Amino acid sequence: MEDLIRYAPDLALGFLENIKLSIVGAITSLILGTILVAMRVSPTPVLRVAGTFYVNVIRNTPLTLVLAFSALGLSDQLGLVFSAEPRINSFWIVAMGLSAYTAAFVCEALRSGINTVPLGQAEAARAIGLTFMQSLRMIILPQAFRAVVAPLGSVMIAMIKNTTVAVAGGFAAESAANMKESFDQVGASIPIFLGIVVAFMAVTLPVGWFTGRLARRLAVAR
Amino acid sequence: MTENGDATPLVQLENVNKHFGSLHVLKDINLTVSRGEVLVVIGPSGGGKSTLCRTINRLETIDGGRIVFDGNVLPAEGKGLARLRSEVGMVFQSFNLFAHKTIRENVTLGPTKVRGIARDAADKRAMELLERVGIASQADKYPAQLSGGQQQRVAIARALAMDPKMILFDEPTSALDPEMVQEVLDVMIGLARDGMTMMVVTHEMGFARRAAHRVVFMADGQIAEENTPDEFFTNAQTDRARDFLSKILTH
Ligand SMILES: Nc1ncnc2c1ncn2[C@@H]1O[C@H](COP(=O)(O)OP(=O)(O)OP(=O)(O)O)[C@@H](O)[C@H]1O
Ligand SMILES: [Mg+2]
Repeated sequence: MEDLIRYAPDLALGFLENIKLSIVGAITSLILGTILVAMRVSPTPVLRVAGTFYVNVIRNTPLTLVLAFSALGLSDQLGLVFSAEPRINSFWIVAMGLSAYTAAFVCEALRSGINTVPLGQAEAARAIGLTFMQSLRMIILPQAFRAVVAPLGSVMIAMIKNTTVAVAGGFAAESAANMKESFDQVGASIPIFLGIVVAFMAVTLPVGWFTGRLARRLAVAR
Repeated sequence: MTENGDATPLVQLENVNKHFGSLHVLKDINLTVSRGEVLVVIGPSGGGKSTLCRTINRLETIDGGRIVFDGNVLPAEGKGLARLRSEVGMVFQSFNLFAHKTIRENVTLGPTKVRGIARDAADKRAMELLERVGIASQADKYPAQLSGGQQQRVAIARALAMDPKMILFDEPTSALDPEMVQEVLDVMIGLARDGMTMMVVTHEMGFARRAAHRVVFMADGQIAEENTPDEFFTNAQTDRARDFLSKILTH
């Protein structure tokens, strides 16, 4: 128990990084995932193929590899730099890698949402003169989002837990890395371990509860 | 039928052909619709009535012939097509009101997003139209809270809000409980009286007799017969039509 107390400040700071990664990841992956799903249902074959290719490649690649690629490939080789400060730079490398990864799952959740929207909705939208993008934005996606709030919640929960492999992208300041460091110094400590589990649950359980409620509130009556 | 003095037809289909795979659904269709005309399309299931209707606002593409609307060949895609669609209203069998939007929003969406009309003006016009179809008191409800007949009247208001040059109706009363059919037909009869150009796929003979100028009988992808409603219903020329009429008259 005294191990937990001794390392608590470190672990808490680390956990704050998990939260920060989660927030950036949630926003960016929702935006990217929406763009991807628009590509996947677009009438332009090139966009459809590109979207499908991206999703299939990313979904089938382990996250640690995606993060390693962001760090080694994009950052080191191609010189993508977010900040001169290495710690901040690696934070953003990981945040972007995590978002790029999660976006594929957001895309697929949204696509199953689009499949719940009756064809007649799109036809009615086209019939009043809305363009493809307008009908997607105003009619199809809003209904698709409402249909998949709960599955999107699960995607977000997975993403929050995935922040713990950030070290694969060179970012070693989050709680799981800190935990490992403390174990290296004082040996494995069940209280530290449980403390982190509880911290994650304190975030993910409310996300699940909230998205579940929201799903019921927003459900489109037909 | 050309009250506004413009003699060119509003819609002209010339040798229109359409296949679904190997199924030949529209076979060399030639048809004109004049301005202000109310045309009823009738015929057995699978004859191609819906497809015909849907080619006019290009919800279905055609693979032969051409369709001229208001002097221009239908645009194939893009802004031109969206503009054409905004000028041709469509009322579906299953209403297709936007499920996540209120009744009022359903009616104002097109005018504000497609036509760029200011929200206030669009709201005011929406309320007038909802008044006209008898739904004004439900403006803030969602489609699922309304009866089928009410939803279909909203769908008509939504089409009218675009000030279309024509409205297509594809079996607008077929999905309704019997007691709601008349309220929708009454609205349509009112539109016909006001001179709206309408193409109506329906088996409602009462409507055809009271409001239509012409009945087109479609079977097997062809226009088998066309005539005035009275002539058609009392004195059909083809066996196909007589056979079809005997079936719908007996039940
Ligand atoms: N999207 C489609 N794909 C393949 N075949 C289709 C499609 N839409 C219609 N068809 C076929 O085309 C034919 C004509 O259909 P259409 O819906 O135009 O007939 P209809 O006269 O409106 O019939 P109903 O009275 O049943 O509505 C039918 O055989 C139908 O099965
Ligand atoms: Mg039909």
